[in-house]
Amino acid sequence: MNNMSKLSTPGVTGNILSSDTYGAEKTENAPFGTALIRVAETNPHIVGLTADLGKYTDIHLFAERFPERFFQMGMAEQNLIGAASGLARTGFIPFATTYCVFATRRAYDFIAIGAALGQANVKIIAGLPGLTTGYGGTHQGIEDLALMRSIPNLTVIDPCDATELAQVIPVIAEHPGPVYMRLLRGQVPVTLDPAGYQFELGKAKLLCDGNDVAIISTGLMTARALKAVDQLAGQGIQAALLHVSTLKPFDVESIISLLRRVPRVVTAENHVITGGLASAVADAVTNGGIPVRMRRIGIPDVFCDSGSIPYLINRYQLDATSISAAALELVRS
Amino acid sequence: MNNAQTSEPQSKIRSLEHRALSLRRHVLRMAERVGQGYVGQGLGIADLLAVLYFDEMKYDAKNLKWSDRDRFVLSIGHYSIGLYAALAEAGVIEIDELDTYGADESRLEMSGSEITPGFEMTGGSLGHGLGQAVGMALGLRLDKRQARIFTLLSDGELQEGATWEAAMAAAHYSLDGLFAFIDCNNQQADGPPARVLNVEPVHQKWEAFGWDTQRIDGNNIGALVDAIDRAKTVNGKPHAIVLDTLMGKGVRAFEQREKNHFIRVDASEWSALREQLESGMTPSGDERIS
Ligand SMILES: Cc1ncc(C[n+]2csc(CCOP(=O)(O)OP(=O)(O)O)c2C)c(N)n1
Repeated sequence: MNNMSKLSTPGVTGNILSSDTYGAEKTENAPFGTALIRVAETNPHIVGLTADLGKYTDIHLFAERFPERFFQMGMAEQNLIGAASGLARTGFIPFATTYCVFATRRAYDFIAIGAALGQANVKIIAGLPGLTTGYGGTHQGIEDLALMRSIPNLTVIDPCDATELAQVIPVIAEHPGPVYMRLLRGQVPVTLDPAGYQFELGKAKLLCDGNDVAIISTGLMTARALKAVDQLAGQGIQAALLHVSTLKPFDVESIISLLRRVPRVVTAENHVITGGLASAVADAVTNGGIPVRMRRIGIPDVFCDSGSIPYLINRYQLDATSISAAALELVRS
Repeated sequence: MNNAQTSEPQSKIRSLEHRALSLRRHVLRMAERVGQGYVGQGLGIADLLAVLYFDEMKYDAKNLKWSDRDRFVLSIGHYSIGLYAALAEAGVIEIDELDTYGADESRLEMSGSEITPGFEMTGGSLGHGLGQAVGMALGLRLDKRQARIFTLLSDGELQEGATWEAAMAAAHYSLDGLFAFIDCNNQQADGPPARVLNVEPVHQKWEAFGWDTQRIDGNNIGALVDAIDRAKTVNGKPHAIVLDTLMGKGVRAFEQREKNHFIRVDASEWSALREQLESGMTPSGDERIS
C-alpha cells in the first residue's frame, strides 16, 4: 500500500503529514531539516529535540544524520522546552520542534521562564502555523505569534517560503538567545529567488514598490500578497509590498518610512488579527504619530473549523483576492 | 476470538462481538469514503467501545444531556473515527452521516471535538481527557449522582505530565466512579513508545499512583466485560484498565503494517480489506456472518 500516493483530495481534511503547496510552481522538500544539517556539519554545538513529532517537523533528517545529537522527548512539550533550556545552559544550541499549538499553549510557562527569562539559547521550531492544517481548533496555531510576541527577550520569526526558511536557520544558530520560529514543513513553496533575497534578523524587506497602497505581510501570506500586487497592477494600481518575517524585534523604522509615504495599508497574516502583525503595525503607527488607513487580513476572533486547506482559506478570506480587494477599497474610498 | 476464561454467558459475549464487528464495518466505511484516516485506532478500540456502549454505560441516545448519564470522555481526539462508529451504531447520529467523515462542513472531524453530539469534551490536544474526567467525577459526586465516567487515553498520552497530575488527583479524591482505559497499542506518531520514550511498566505506574489497576487483552470482549465487573467491586479508588490492543484489529493488512498511526489506502484496495474483515472477525462459535 502506498501511504503517500495522492495529494489531499479537495474537500477533505488532509493527512496531518501532507503539506499544501497552494499550487506553487516550485517547491523544496524539508528546507528546515536540510538547513539544520548544513549548519550542524560545522557547528558541533547544534543539537535537536522533538516531542513525538520528528518526521512531522522534518527534524527526523537531522536525527538520521546526527543520532547522538538528537533527543526524542516523547509527547511531552513542557519537558521538551525545559530540557532544551537545560541543554542551552550547558553550552549547546538546541533546536526543539513540535507544533505551534503545543509549544505555545502547553509549554508557555516553560518558554517564558526557562527559555526567555533565562535568556537560554533555545530555538523553538513550531509547525502547522495558522491555517496550514485542517485539524480544527486543537491543531491550528492561530494565536501563537501574539503569545510569543508578548514574552520579553524572545525573537519571533514567521518565514514566508523555503528560500527564507533555509536562510533563517544559520542566522538564528549564530544569534545568541531564545528564538521562536514558525515552521513550514514537507514540500514548501519557493516564492523568493535565493539569488535576490537575503534574510536579515529584525529587518523588513520591500519586495515591491508603489505609491498607491501599501501591503505589509508576514509568513506564507507574503506569497498571496505578491499575487495581490499583480492583481492590483492589472487594475492600474501600484502597490508596495513590505515583507516582515521578524515580528520581534519589529522593524518599526521600515514600516514608518513606508507608511509616511503611502498612508494606506493592508496587513496580511496567517494568524488572528489581534496581537500579531496587524497589532504590531498599529502600535508602530500610533507611536510614530502618523495617520494611516488600515485594513487587516487575517483570521477573525474565532476558533476555526476543520476542513481542507482551500476550504479554510476561502472561508476565512486569507486568499490573494481578499488582500487585493481590501487594497482596492482603501484606494477607492 | 477466544473468550474461554470469561464468566459471562456466551450469548452476551457473542452479541457484543457482533456489535464490535459492526463498529469495524463503520470504521472501514468512513475511511474508504475519504481514502484515509485513523483506521488502525478505530479498529483496535472497537471491542472496548462495543462493551461500553452496548453493555456497560447508561445513556439515552435521544437525550444526550440526561444528567444521570454515564459519560464517555474521549481524550484522544484522533480516535474519533471509533467513537463515530459507536455513536452511529447507538443511534446518536445517523449511519449515513458516517459518509461525511473528514469532509468540509462535516461534524465528523478527522480529530473529533464537541461539535459532534455524544462528545463530552474536545480531546486531541493530547493529555486533556483525564483532568476533565476527574472534574466530572468530582462534580457528579458533589451532586450526589451515581453516574460514572469512562475515559479513554493512549499510551502516548502517558508521556504528558498532565495525565499524571490528574491521576494523582483522582486517587487523592478516591474517585471510584472513574474508569480510565489506557490503550496500549504500542504505536505513537514517531514509532513504538519503547523507541520514542518508554512508558513501561504501565501497570505498576498506575498502581503506584493509587489506582485499582488491571492489564488485559483489550481485543477480548470477555476479558473486557470481566475486568469492568471486577473493577466495580473495588471501592475507594479510581480504576485503571490497561488494554493491550492490536492496531488495525480485524483487518490483516492493517494489523501487519508497521506504520499505522495514520493510514492512507488507494481506492482499488478497499474491497479486499473489507473482505479481510468479514473473513477474519467471525465472532466466537459463529459461522461466518454476513
Ligand atoms: C499535546 C499534543 N502533542 C502532540 C500531538 C500530536 N500527536 C497527535 S497523535 C500523536 C501520537 C500520540 O500517541 P498515541 O495516541 O499513543 O498514538 P496512536 O496510538 O494513535 O498511534 C501525537 C504526538 C497532539 N495531538 N497533542
